[in-house]
Formats: sequence, structure tokens, C-alpha cells
Amino acid sequence: MSQDLYTQIVNSPPGGFIAKRVGLPQPTTLDRYRPGQPVVTGQVLIGAAPSGRLAGAIASTLADAQADVATTLAPELRTASADAGLDASVFNPEAGGDRRFKGLVFDATGIKDSTELVELQKFFHPSVRKVQSSGRVVVLGTPPEATKDPREHTAQRALEGFTRSLGKEIGKGSTVQLVYVAPGAENLIGSTLRFFLSPKSAYVSGQVARVTPGEPVPTDIDWERPLAGKTALVTGASRGIGEAIIETLARDGASVVGLDVPQLAEDLNAVTSRLDGEAIELDITSDDAPKVLAAHFKSGVDIVVHNAGVTRDRTLAKMPEDRWSSLMEINLSSEERINDALLKGKRIPAGGRIIGVSSMAGIAGNRGQTNYATSKAGVIGMVESMAPVLADRGITINAVAPGFIETKMTAAMPIAVREPGRRLNSMNQGGLPIDVAETIAWFASSASGGLNGNVVRVCGQMLLGA
Amino acid sequence: MTPTVRRVAVVGGNRIPFARSNGPYAHASNSDMLAAALDGLIERYNLQGETLGEVVAGAVLKHPRDRDLTREVVLGSKLAPETPAYDVQQACGTGLETTIAVANKIALGQIDAGIAGGVDTTSDAPLALNDDLREVLLDANRIPDTAGRLKLLTRLRPGMIKPAIPANQEPRTGLSMGEHCAIMASEWGITREAQDELTIRSHNALAAAYDKGFQDDLLTPYLGLERDQNLRPGSTPEKLAKLKPVFGGPEGTMTAANSTPLSDGASVVLLASEEWAKARNLPILAYITEAQTAAIDHVHKREGLLMAPAYAMPTMLDRAGITLQDFDVYEIHEAFAAQVLCTLAAWEDPVFCKERLGRSAPLGSIDTEKLNINGGSLAAGHPFAATGGRIVAGLAKELSERGSGRGVISICAAAGQGVVAILESAGGAK
Ligand SMILES: NC(=O)c1ccc[n+]([C@@H]2O[C@H](COP(=O)([O-])OP(=O)(O)OC[C@H]3O[C@@H](n4cnc5c(N)ncnc54)[C@H](O)[C@@H]3O)[C@@H](O)[C@H]2O)c1
Repeated sequence: MSQDLYTQIVNSPPGGFIAKRVGLPQPTTLDRYRPGQPVVTGQVLIGAAPSGRLAGAIASTLADAQADVATTLAPELRTASADAGLDASVFNPEAGGDRRFKGLVFDATGIKDSTELVELQKFFHPSVRKVQSSGRVVVLGTPPEATKDPREHTAQRALEGFTRSLGKEIGKGSTVQLVYVAPGAENLIGSTLRFFLSPKSAYVSGQVARVTPGEPVPTDIDWERPLAGKTALVTGASRGIGEAIIETLARDGASVVGLDVPQLAEDLNAVTSRLDGEAIELDITSDDAPKVLAAHFKSGVDIVVHNAGVTRDRTLAKMPEDRWSSLMEINLSSEERINDALLKGKRIPAGGRIIGVSSMAGIAGNRGQTNYATSKAGVIGMVESMAPVLADRGITINAVAPGFIETKMTAAMPIAVREPGRRLNSMNQGGLPIDVAETIAWFASSASGGLNGNVVRVCGQMLLGA
Repeated sequence: MTPTVRRVAVVGGNRIPFARSNGPYAHASNSDMLAAALDGLIERYNLQGETLGEVVAGAVLKHPRDRDLTREVVLGSKLAPETPAYDVQQACGTGLETTIAVANKIALGQIDAGIAGGVDTTSDAPLALNDDLREVLLDANRIPDTAGRLKLLTRLRPGMIKPAIPANQEPRTGLSMGEHCAIMASEWGITREAQDELTIRSHNALAAAYDKGFQDDLLTPYLGLERDQNLRPGSTPEKLAKLKPVFGGPEGTMTAANSTPLSDGASVVLLASEEWAKARNLPILAYITEAQTAAIDHVHKREGLLMAPAYAMPTMLDRAGITLQDFDVYEIHEAFAAQVLCTLAAWEDPVFCKERLGRSAPLGSIDTEKLNINGGSLAAGHPFAATGGRIVAGLAKELSERGSGRGVISICAAAGQGVVAILESAGGAK
């Protein structure tokens, strides 16, 4: 984002800003997932740059998801569809017809040079107008760092500018993502392609995810209950986003354990008993918290979601040390200690998942939140630093970075802060706790062994920040 | 008793030139036209007074009064009145299906010779009474006394006079055949240019066939027409590109040129056992060696309405032990240019051939230089039930002129059906 526009926005009187927004049409009501629904309701169109490497993986994912599919006339896509048992029709923009697509999937891995980026224009120019509301666009590329040729690296890196811009212009509650699939990780794209095509990713747009080689997808995976047989710990589970997370992991089949401070024991127990789960009343910053948890999970915990977090806003000039430190303890340091204890005690088995909750503030920074943003940027650091270490043990670590999520916390904001926060994104609305929870469930899935070290924002593609 | 199977010869055919709807044949009935085509055939092959095994024909748009249309036409013809006849109706498949019906009886030795054919008029189309009016009149008929009847007739309303015109509409989808084909064209990615190109080729090929006299012994002039009225050779892609789409909405690719017009006409084909033909010194142009009918589910499985021939073909090829490439001539009925192109695309497509046909490999492509070489329905017009006879006679003659070779016919029909057949030259397949 250019400095000019940023300055313009922060300097504009909030009143005028809100007024401008009030005249705008109501934001699209986003499709959201209901259990039992198919992955995509509507047709998905597949396209590809010549000699891509993902046609087979895309076709088998969509065949497996029983999606209604069309492909371009590209012979590779027709052959790949036939091989995958995917009964796909054909889409040729020159052949007319009232075609509508719920999803567009483009394999860009064949793009080896910047001159070939025009393949994006060729595929999307005629198809983007045909995308239905809450539509889904997924571009798949090769991670630039995994390419050998500088030209290919450049061209693949360029994809990000395309997806982020298309996300900002597609409208109608539609989302656009870029998925970098490392060579050798082709068979691991299933959970990611499904997530980005489904209504589960309602409030995720303009994101880049990397799928890298990892634990294979269990052959007997039940996509309705991908966490069956797994145990999941969610901190801060008694309310807000944490409550949505624990509910979603339970929906996906996990045995859930909720944790919250003793003061909220009643709320916590109400949540966990509803979900046939366990409750742990514990302050994660207490000295013995790591030990208590290691002891509690003697027989292991597969999924750890570090959701508990607080804000203690103050400009730095007015920020006393305890306000800084108590927040840093809750939002970051305690998480590191708990991870260490669980890992040292071999409590997290192979196939395990650690998931952090960062924040847009941690990416873009926020006035009055030096402490909070530091802690949330630290969560990203934790993901980056731990991912390679955990990879050796078959464990993954990823984080979500929520933007404006409609919770009690955001409802309490003054309107001049709340309204821009809510509207200044590609969806023109705030997200819901379930949107964060679905994203976490995607990372948690037994099929997501290829996701390690990702930070994905759940922000409706907020205009500010990265 | 195991019946022995005999070879079935195509002796020849005859048709009247096809007219556009409400053109020169506007006042000709189905029986008039079928009679004209039949008379020409009888004349050409000296069948006066012959008692044939069977005459089978049909019409798609048929008046209720045309009960046993074919038999009545036979009785009015110079064939012996002892020649049995019956009607068949299978939409646009009628003409080829009647050929198969007659051929099968000859093959089994049940008859020695027969005539197959079809006729249709879209001008002299049957109009039904509006259902409301029909109800009032039927009720009136049930009342014994005049006063009661008159009282009932007060139920008549002016709106009831509007006749129910038979619609070219699929009963289960409410879409016209053209709209169905437009969906197929889109789903198979068929472009406007490709359709227009096929259209121009069809007209030019039919015109060339007329010019070289190929049609001379295939038709009898009728009501002043000597050539098919729809024929317009020498068109250009630029001219056709100017036409507005008629199906598939404003972005559609199907126009009045690359779709067949509503037409009137009739055709008949004389089929016989070899012995019967030889005994009468009649020619044998070709043999009918295989046939297959298939149907698809366009209602629940969303298969394209006119895709059934794409299914019938591989079944027939497998039984014949040959491939799609083993033909010298392909006659694919051009109901719409898009239908032909969708069918060819489907046979080339790995997805269709594996997922829908259950085959390990695509049937592959054909040499389009061998397709509809003497013109097709886009040029000739398409009086529904008359098309099959036009194609069978034309292909048989082409194979006869070549002296050897094999040809295949593919015809799509409404309601999701399709008919295919193989003809082999009397001089052998190769
Ligand atoms: N709401 C948003 O818009 C938003 C945006 C970005 C990030 N987040 C992050 O999402 C997470 C959840 O936020 P929320 O909006 O649901 O907030 P919330 O205040 O409703 O829930 C946080 C939960 O964490 C628990 N918790 C706090 N300190 C704890 C401790 N020391 N030990 C154990 N539990 C403790 C709280 O009791 C509470 O139940 C936080 O990490 C927050 O920073 C929220």
C-alpha cells in the first residue's frame, strides 16, 4: 500500500468516511459452510498454462470431492480429468452459452518465464465475469524458492500480484488465493484446494499458502470428519473465537479439551460439556502451566491451538512495563513454554499440529498496540522458527492472522474505529469467529501434512497491511 | 429353428426435393408427398403390381386422420394392394429406423423385399383443439338433449379458439431442440466459426452433387421443385457471420444458417435380398451390414439431448469389429452444425470416452474430408422422418460409384435418441 493512500485514509475525518460508506450497497451475504454440504455448490472451471504439473492432482481432488467440473479445451486437462475419473464438460469462451462458475482453478506451474504470464489473462479474462457470488478463485504455482531458473522464479513470484489484485476487484463476496505447491507435494493439495473452494474459506482472500512435502494424506480419510481419532487442545475456549474453534474441531471429529482461566470456569464447562469434551481451568502464564499440561496429556495431544490472547492498548509513551509484560506472557511467551514442554515430553506425536493465532496488527502494526503487535508478530516468528524443527518429527506449525472479526471485543470499539475496520476490506464486512475456526480446522486436518510454516490471514483481504 | 441371416441390399432410393416450411409444398399433405416419392421409386424400379414383403414409413408430425398413413399410401400406389405396411415413429430417427426394420426382416428371410421411408410436413402441420375447447365439446357430446347441450356451449370463450400448435419442444425439459443443442455447443466448446464453416461446406457439396448429376436418379421433381429449396451454395464465412443467433441467447453461436430450417419432404428406399434383386435385374448399390439405436438420459443425467449417436456408434463398431477410422464415407445428419461437431468432439474426448462410454481410449477423430461429401441436412433441409431415407439412398449410391468401401450413418433424434448404421459397397468394404 502506498504511503499516500495510507496517509489519505488515516487523515480523513472518520465522520466523512463513514458517511461515504453508508451510501454503499449492502455487502454480499457470504456463503458459509453447513455440515453435509458438498465442497462446492456450482461448477468449477479448471484451466492451465501449458505443461503444468498439477492437472492430475487438481482433477483427482475435484473428482474425490464429487465436484461438477468443466475444463478448458487443453488436452492435458482432458486427459488428466479422464485419468482421474472426473466427468468434466468443456468450456470454450468462444462457444457461447450462459455458463456460470462457482470456482475457477488455474494451474500456473507451467509458467516458466514472464512472457508466459499472459496465460493468466487468457484464462481469467473470459471466465472472471462468469463467477457467481461467493465464488472461489485458486491459482496454483511453484514456490519461487523451489525453482532453479531465475526466470521461472521471477514469473512465479509475479503470480502474487495477480491474485492479490484480482481479489480486490472480483467483488460479490468472492475470494482469490495463490497456492504454491512445491515439487513432490502434488498429492498433498487436496485439503487446501477443498478449503479454498468451499464456503469454509468465506473470509479468507488474497492469501498465499505453501504446500510442501510432508506426511501423506491418510488413505481412509473421511472428509466430513478429518479429525476423527484426534485429540485437540484449544486455549481461551470459553468464548469468542476460541469457542468457535473448539466447536469446529469437535464437528470435524476431534476429542476436544478446552482451556481457560479459572474465573471463566462456568462458561468453559458449558462449552466443553456441550461438546463431550474436557475442561482445563488454568492460567497459561502460571509457572506450572507447562508441567500441568504435559501431565494432563500423558497419552498425547495431536492438535494444540494457541488461541488465548489479550489486548492491553496504550501508546508506547504511556505504556508501563507490566502492561507490556503481562500481555507478552499471555500472547507469546507462555505459548513457547507450553510448546517446549509438550515437545520435550513427546506429548505431540507425528502427524501433530500446532496452530497459533496471530493478528493483522502483527503484520501491519497498529497505533496503540506496540505490545500487542509485537506479540502477534512474535507468533509469526514462532511459526517460522519452529516449522523446520518440527518437520523432522512429522509435526506442522501454522498460524492464522484474523482481521476484523465480529466478537464482543470488536463490538465494544468506538464506531469511528469499528466501521472502517469492518468495511475496509474486499468483503466490505467483518468476519465471523467461525471463519477463523474453519481456517484453523484446515490446518488441523489430517490431510494437511503439506502445510507447515504458513501464516494465513482471515481478514477478508484487509486493505491495510501486507 | 436357427434362422440364417442374409445380406440385405440397398437397390435404390427416391425422394422429392425438400422444401422450406410454407413454401411450394404448403398445401401438400404427408400422404401426398409420401405417395409422390413412392410413385417415383415404383417407376424407377418397375415395381408396378409387385407384392412387396412390407412397406414401412412414418412421420413425426402426423394428423390423427393419418391412421395407417403408409398402408393408405400403398393402397393408392401402383404396388399390389396385397403389400402390407405399417407406420413407425421415432422422431428424426424414423427414416433410418424404418430402413433397419425392413432390412432385419429381409435378413431373417421373413420377407424378400420391402420399402422403407419417411415423410414430414411442417406446413400442413396438425393443429389440435385447445384443451379447454376440447373438454367443452366432449362434454356437450355426452349430453343427450339439445337444450342441455346449448346451455353447456355457453361455457365457450373466445380464448378457446386458439389452437394448440405442436411445439418443437422436449416435453420433459420444456426446451426446444435448438436450445438443447445450444447447451451442447457450449458444453463442448463448439465455436460459431466451426459451425458456419460446416454449413458452407454442406451447401457447396450438395450443389456440386446436383451439378454432376449425382441426384438425378435419387429424386423426382415435385410441385415445381427440382432441387432442394434450402440450397444456397457460394456463401461466405463473412456473410454467415452477420446472422444473429437464434438459439443460446445473445451470446449463442447457433443461427438460422447453421441450424436446419423447418422443412417438408418425403423419401423412400428399396431394400431386398440379393436373390430378389438379381432375379429382377435390379442393381445392388450397397449392403446394410450393421445398425444400432441408443438413448440417453437428458432429463436426470444432464446428457446433451442429441448425443445418443455418440453412444450408439461404439457399440456398433465393437460388434462389427472395426474402428471409427475404418470408413471411407461418414454421413452424420446435420440437424444442427453444432450437433455434428459435438459428436465428433465427444469421440475425440478422453473424458467422454472414459467416463460416459466406459472405454479405455477415445474413439478418435475422423478425416472430415470424408464427412457428408454430397451435402447434408443443413443444405438439403430436414423434413424429420424423411432424412434417414435421403441419407441411406445417397450413401448407397456413393459407395456404388466408388466400387468399394464402407460408409457409416449417424442420426440424432428428439427425446434423447440416436440411430447409426453401416453400409458396405456391393464391391466389398475395401
Ligand atoms: N476478535 C478479533 O477481531 C481478533 C482479531 C485478531 C486476533 N484476535 C485474536 O484471537 C484470539 C481470540 O480472541 P477473541 O476475540 O476471541 O478474544 P476473547 O477475549 O473473547 O477470548 C480470549 C480468551 O482467552 C482467554 N485467556 C486470556 N488470558 C488467558 C490466560 N492467561 N490463560 C488462559 N486463558 C486466557 C480469555 O479468558 C478468553 O476466554 C486472541 O488471540 C486474539 O488476539 C482476535
